[in-house]
Amino acid sequence: MASSTRRVLTVTASAVALGLVLAACSGGSSDSGSGDGTAGGSDGGSSDALDAALEQGGTIEYWTWTPQAEEQAAAFMKAYPNVTVNVTNTGGAADHNLKLQNALTAGSGIPDVAQLEYQSVSQFQLPGSLTDLTEYGFADLEDLYTPSTWGAVTQNGGIWGLPQDSGPMALFYNEEVFTSLGIEVPTTWDEYITAGEAIKAANPDTCIVNDSGDAGFTTSMIWQAGGRPFAVDGENVTINLQDEGSKLWADTWNKIVQGGLNCEIPGWTDEWFAALSDGTIATLPTGAWMPGVFENSAPDGAGKWRVAPMPTYDGTPANAENGGSTEVVPKGAPNPELGAAFLRWLNSDPESISVFLNSGGGFPATVAELQSDEFLGFTSDYFGGQEINKVLVEGIDNVGTGWQYLPWQSYANSIVSETLGQSYLNRTDLNEGLVAWQDANVKYGEEQGFTVSTE
Amino acid sequence: MSSVVAERPGQVRKVRRRLTGLWFTVPFLLVFVFVFIAPLAYTIWLSLFQTKLIGGTSFVGADNFVAVFQDPKFWEGLGRVSLFLLVQVPVMLAMALVAALVIDSARLHGIRFFRIAMFLPYAVPSVAAVLMWGFMYGERFGLVGNLNGWLGTDFSVLSQQWLLVGIGNIVTWSFMGYNMLILYSSLKAISPELYEAAALDGAGQLRIVRNIKLPAVQGSIVVAVIFSIIGSFQLFNEPNIMQKLVPNLISTYYTPNMYAYNLSFTGQQVNYAAALAIIMGVVTAVIAYVVQLRGNREALK
Repeated sequence: MASSTRRVLTVTASAVALGLVLAACSGGSSDSGSGDGTAGGSDGGSSDALDAALEQGGTIEYWTWTPQAEEQAAAFMKAYPNVTVNVTNTGGAADHNLKLQNALTAGSGIPDVAQLEYQSVSQFQLPGSLTDLTEYGFADLEDLYTPSTWGAVTQNGGIWGLPQDSGPMALFYNEEVFTSLGIEVPTTWDEYITAGEAIKAANPDTCIVNDSGDAGFTTSMIWQAGGRPFAVDGENVTINLQDEGSKLWADTWNKIVQGGLNCEIPGWTDEWFAALSDGTIATLPTGAWMPGVFENSAPDGAGKWRVAPMPTYDGTPANAENGGSTEVVPKGAPNPELGAAFLRWLNSDPESISVFLNSGGGFPATVAELQSDEFLGFTSDYFGGQEINKVLVEGIDNVGTGWQYLPWQSYANSIVSETLGQSYLNRTDLNEGLVAWQDANVKYGEEQGFTVSTE
Repeated sequence: MSSVVAERPGQVRKVRRRLTGLWFTVPFLLVFVFVFIAPLAYTIWLSLFQTKLIGGTSFVGADNFVAVFQDPKFWEGLGRVSLFLLVQVPVMLAMALVAALVIDSARLHGIRFFRIAMFLPYAVPSVAAVLMWGFMYGERFGLVGNLNGWLGTDFSVLSQQWLLVGIGNIVTWSFMGYNMLILYSSLKAISPELYEAAALDGAGQLRIVRNIKLPAVQGSIVVAVIFSIIGSFQLFNEPNIMQKLVPNLISTYYTPNMYAYNLSFTGQQVNYAAALAIIMGVVTAVIAYVVQLRGNREALK
């Protein structure tokens, strides 16, 4: 503790000194560029400043955990030889957010472009840590993206990033398990529970799903059930994890958890990947970005898996987003214009998106790619030759609107295990766990100065 | 510190000479101030404020400290590491003592091998150690899973009842050899004449252990106990890494150090975490001091 606070101190001190130098540099070098940009674009926005910055060149820092990032940066530098992009692989969302938050707090070492999960945008935007890209004419790019991903990067009257990928949910299932037991792939959650009971009865070591209380999964499932537990309006936050949709999900999922139909294998562990490969886990309701993960991390499952639309509650198709990221330009970045120019290329240029799709199996957020015949007609060997993208893209239209995350979603996610997770652990009513999670968030929100209500 | 000797009357003219001495200690003092005093002062400074996402920073005096004392999460974590301390440390030190005595007895073959083998875990980075043990504890693919398969049992280390024991096992594995080495080195320092005299008086091995070796290592045991107390109160790596394996069993406030870490880095409550860190520092220092005082008194008997 003591040593880390000291680091903050010295970092802050050097940041002040560094900041002065940088301010002096950028003041001199980008005068012409930013002059044009702000003159033309205080309201409608202009991209002239970005073109000027690209021409002038320079070096930018890009923090991401996207596997394709290095390759995308290389393609960018080939197209714009004046610009150098230093890619820092931050490993994963949790470490990444921590690192970014620390840089922002210290005021130094802030990257020019950084990846953020959609669920973290609010957390960084609200304290003013992100650059509004409206001034660079990003509003013109709206039509390129699906409505739900565009909605995820715009809030409070600003544009804070461009969508990189999306995660409309789908039901991934191990066909071998279903055919060997002679059961149909479920289309409703009732059928899903019946199938879960059959799978458990056939072999107690297997299960229909692995879930022991995961924040991202829980919020997406509540979203799909029609719940909108979080509403943020500036400093006013509403948290109601007992609204109709939240209850509907909890009551349904209670049958799985209390019936012992789930495996308690934590996600993203070796054990999990092994269980996905060998038929221990029969289904996985998750985001459309999953096929790439399957191929890379569970290669032994090849040929066994298929994709189906998400089961519904009452036969009416309903869906939600799970995961997905955007790139943003943090406030205090040394080279925001060049950063924004790179970001624009990264998530809107067909060449970049092509790299993103082809060298890592990403799922795009751009309408053109989602509707292209090449994308829709793609047959996956891993999925036994199924045209998986047709199923996944269909799911986009059913994504419910109006979902919001909390302005402290990272923190909220970190305490899911000790609240909701306890209901999983003791196999008690998940509604109680949701209430415990809500209470902890209300307490935190009030401590942080928000006006929190639960209605 | 030695330069700040209390002044006596009549020594005023020595002040200048003493100031000369001070100049020689400036390099040390600079480092000392930057590395020890500044972080402490900054932590104390931080603990007096409160920063909110909405509303910014304000001075709150001792409010953070009052809040820590009223925080059940803090007490739960402190209770857990105290229990850990009371059970794990005696077990580990007893094992270390026995191992040191055995190796010192010179009655074993391959002493060097055992000495190194026991010390080796200390050289394994704790992250690697936890991952390794975590894998062995696994019920599906790990050693525990295999044992359950052979024995037809359903035992689980990664369960509510056994998790702390499992963590204690990892810590013991890591630090037993280290403590053994501390004790062994003080056994080595015993003068051979004492053994000679003991042999002349007809003392047996057990007698030598009780009347010569144990009294000789008492000081080292006090040192080892103090290190272990500090280590227990700072328990962090093992539970923090294992949290990924058993998220529902390890809360963000499982130990006081984890609580401070999560408060400051996930919850952005740096000020509250600073207050918690100061309280834990004081608690640790007081307990370590009491142990040292008692230990020294015992040693003088």
